[in-house]
Amino acid sequence: MERDDIIEYSLGAGHSEEQGRAIRKKIYFVTILLSVVTTVEVLLGVFWTNLFPNAWHWVKWVFIMLTLVKASYIVMTFMHLGDERRNIRGLILIPYGLFLMYAVFILIWEATYVHNVLKLFL
Amino acid sequence: MSGEASKNLSGAALWGGVRSPFSMSYGKLMIWFFLVSDALTFTGLLCAYGFARHSLGPGMSWPVGEEVFNSFPGLHGSYPLMYVALMTFILIISSVTMVLAVEAGHRMDKKGVVKWLFLTVLGGLFFLGSQAFEWSHFIHGSHARVSLADGRTAYLADNPHHGEAMDPATFAMSIGSPRSSEVVSGPEAYKLYQNAVHVTSGANMTENEYGPPAYANFFFFITGFHGFHVTTGVILNLVVLAQAVKGVFHRRGHYEMVEKAGLYWHFVDLVWVFVFTFFYLV
Repeated sequence: MERDDIIEYSLGAGHSEEQGRAIRKKIYFVTILLSVVTTVEVLLGVFWTNLFPNAWHWVKWVFIMLTLVKASYIVMTFMHLGDERRNIRGLILIPYGLFLMYAVFILIWEATYVHNVLKLFL
Repeated sequence: MSGEASKNLSGAALWGGVRSPFSMSYGKLMIWFFLVSDALTFTGLLCAYGFARHSLGPGMSWPVGEEVFNSFPGLHGSYPLMYVALMTFILIISSVTMVLAVEAGHRMDKKGVVKWLFLTVLGGLFFLGSQAFEWSHFIHGSHARVSLADGRTAYLADNPHHGEAMDPATFAMSIGSPRSSEVVSGPEAYKLYQNAVHVTSGANMTENEYGPPAYANFFFFITGFHGFHVTTGVILNLVVLAQAVKGVFHRRGHYEMVEKAGLYWHFVDLVWVFVFTFFYLV
């Protein structure tokens, strides 16, 4: 039976040949970007001891920043979250982002405390 | 583009509201909610890993990725991070083929969907095989850690594969760390090895040659959980591929199911980006 209370958003999601070309161009751009960033990460991971022997702290932050760049391109372009309505973007990203910030804060805070206690007794 | 319904909907269909709040079908909204909850699970696991690593007591050190993961199938010698870089690349490419399948679906291009989905499944299978290699290498190990009777720690220069006998003439161990310049070798060193208190070879759930026991436990749990997700993704993609070949989506009038399976597949890639950074690089 055909139900008329369900709104078929899916039917409106198609695009034309011309729009498809533009979208594919964007996909290839993101592909190259992700590959380049991964290559940079691997080269830095292998050679950082020779290139920047005393800068582990900075190398670590470069890794984390590059990872966040990759993650945002995957979510926004490959998962199309960038093309969705603002409401749904906020619904997905804000609660998760808040939880993430809390989890990272609490892990660093508590781990530092445990580390200092172990330093006293070991 | 996808999701954002551009057509005007009648006010009656929107429970009195003028504009649809999300403009998204039920199935797609639900897969997004599922992905958020799955992301929370992986966040919890990676935060627990970070906690174990950050709270490590004095005198202990966390293993370095480029020293643990340095083998390449079929090649001898040290190729730090090369194989995992290939794995990461394969997973990114399979994500690209997936997004191309979704794009083809929006144009109702059945042949395109089938072609790109098939390549995505191949990429997923390649990644799973690579993970099996990584695990096998990790469990076997390469420099068994030896606790000598005099209290020092030594690492074997080369840990022979199971069943191969050790030759005392070419035997060598380095003292302190696998890369230490202090090396003892020959029959004398072999005798020290035979009188050792304890030998840790490779990795299991209670001890490993790389570092603290928690290191191997987190490696097995997090990469294992991710591998389980990849397996599920490959199965989902195969189901969707079979339906696409049979023309189910064409008759339905839209290829949204490809998009939903795609969201899950991209999520798996997204998780790997973080696992790669925190296990292999940082």
